[in-house]
Amino acid sequence: MMRARFWGTRGSLPVALTAAGVRLKLLAALRAARGRPLATESDLERVLASLPFAESGTYGGHSSCVQIETGGFDYFVCDMGSGLRPFGHAAMAQRSAGAGQTFHIFLSHLHWDHIMGLPFFVPAFVPGNRVRVYGCHDRLEAALLRQQEQPSFPVDFSIFGAKIEFVRLEPDRAYEIDGVKVTPMLQRHGGDSYGYRFEAQGKAVVYSTDSEHPLEQPGHTARFVEFFRDADLVIFDAMYSLADAVSIKADWGHSSNIVGVELCQMAGAKHLCLFHHEPVFDDAAIDAVLAETRRLEEITRGAKRLRVSAAYDGLEIGL
Amino acid sequence: MQVTIQRHADATVATLVGRIDHQTAAQLEAALAPVLAEAGVSRNAMVLDFSGVDYISSVGLRVLMIAAKQMREHQAQLLVAALQSVVVEIFAISRFNRILTVTATLDDALALCSPAALADYRASQPAAAP
Repeated sequence: MMRARFWGTRGSLPVALTAAGVRLKLLAALRAARGRPLATESDLERVLASLPFAESGTYGGHSSCVQIETGGFDYFVCDMGSGLRPFGHAAMAQRSAGAGQTFHIFLSHLHWDHIMGLPFFVPAFVPGNRVRVYGCHDRLEAALLRQQEQPSFPVDFSIFGAKIEFVRLEPDRAYEIDGVKVTPMLQRHGGDSYGYRFEAQGKAVVYSTDSEHPLEQPGHTARFVEFFRDADLVIFDAMYSLADAVSIKADWGHSSNIVGVELCQMAGAKHLCLFHHEPVFDDAAIDAVLAETRRLEEITRGAKRLRVSAAYDGLEIGL
Repeated sequence: MQVTIQRHADATVATLVGRIDHQTAAQLEAALAPVLAEAGVSRNAMVLDFSGVDYISSVGLRVLMIAAKQMREHQAQLLVAALQSVVVEIFAISRFNRILTVTATLDDALALCSPAALADYRASQPAAAP
């Protein structure tokens, strides 16, 4: 079974829940508990279940990192944002810290928020492991080496015990990697970014972040509709409102929930997952964007329903 | 989609009917182009009567954004009037309700343009039956 596990879902910059934010959640929970039975664990769970996600949980603050479970033994990961660190710890725990693991990591691009997790990726320190970093950028290796040089970081690549390999891919070409068909595609973003389509076991997952969609170009739209075609899951950069994306934040390289719904509907995709959340947004704001996006899907629905989710750190979506 | 242009004193009203989507947005853009060019000279306000629009997609909203920007450059107003309930929701979800001037009725929009525009519009309407 294919599965997407989200380890980092925030755009541009990692953020943390503040003390004030925690207090608001506690107050909401206490308010919800008023007058209700609280004697048993089940009672408490019922109170929590009555709260919106923004009050009972949090979307989290790690920058981009998504694991794609393909059914094979190797690990597949999209981007190395700060979410790579908790993913690395989980991978170490899952296989009893054993060596001999292979990690296929696909980079959308080389901006900091998508590579900053590598220096803290524990499996890269384990001799016997292989970390294969895939991307379409010319300076793939140079960007990662530079990140771990003085004065930016105290230790360079020589600290890694694992074998680190760099694999340059060509956009629009399909690759077979550990039984998975992987196809990268060029996206519009400062310095270019690349989306990836993963196909295995009759399922397809598209990872498309840091991607702006020039609405005035029908050819661009057609290209993305084909890339998303019949996908079981599309992980989509929905950082801005459409109004911002076409006005003050035009050419900033990001997209909106509205364009995500439209492209997925045109492509016949089954599930849209809003991703790369605006770091300024608190949990309530992301909850509101999700509710509005679901409503938009409802009022624009054709013959086929599109499921809509908002990614959060820790979310798992089985396909 | 259909676009009808009418002038009421110092305001131009574009009445739109149909869906504004990936198929029709270019048609809207072309229909508005001469009005926008004229506003560059006259600085007349433009009102988009949306009472006949049942859907607008991102591409259509982009056309509105460009029109609003051009009108601002001409120091002229663009107003959007009489949205249907679904379009009200789309404006809210896209946050276009925060960057465009939206009014509940065409009368409200023309009143914001000028008393003369509103009076001319009302005079052009058939009298109500007794």
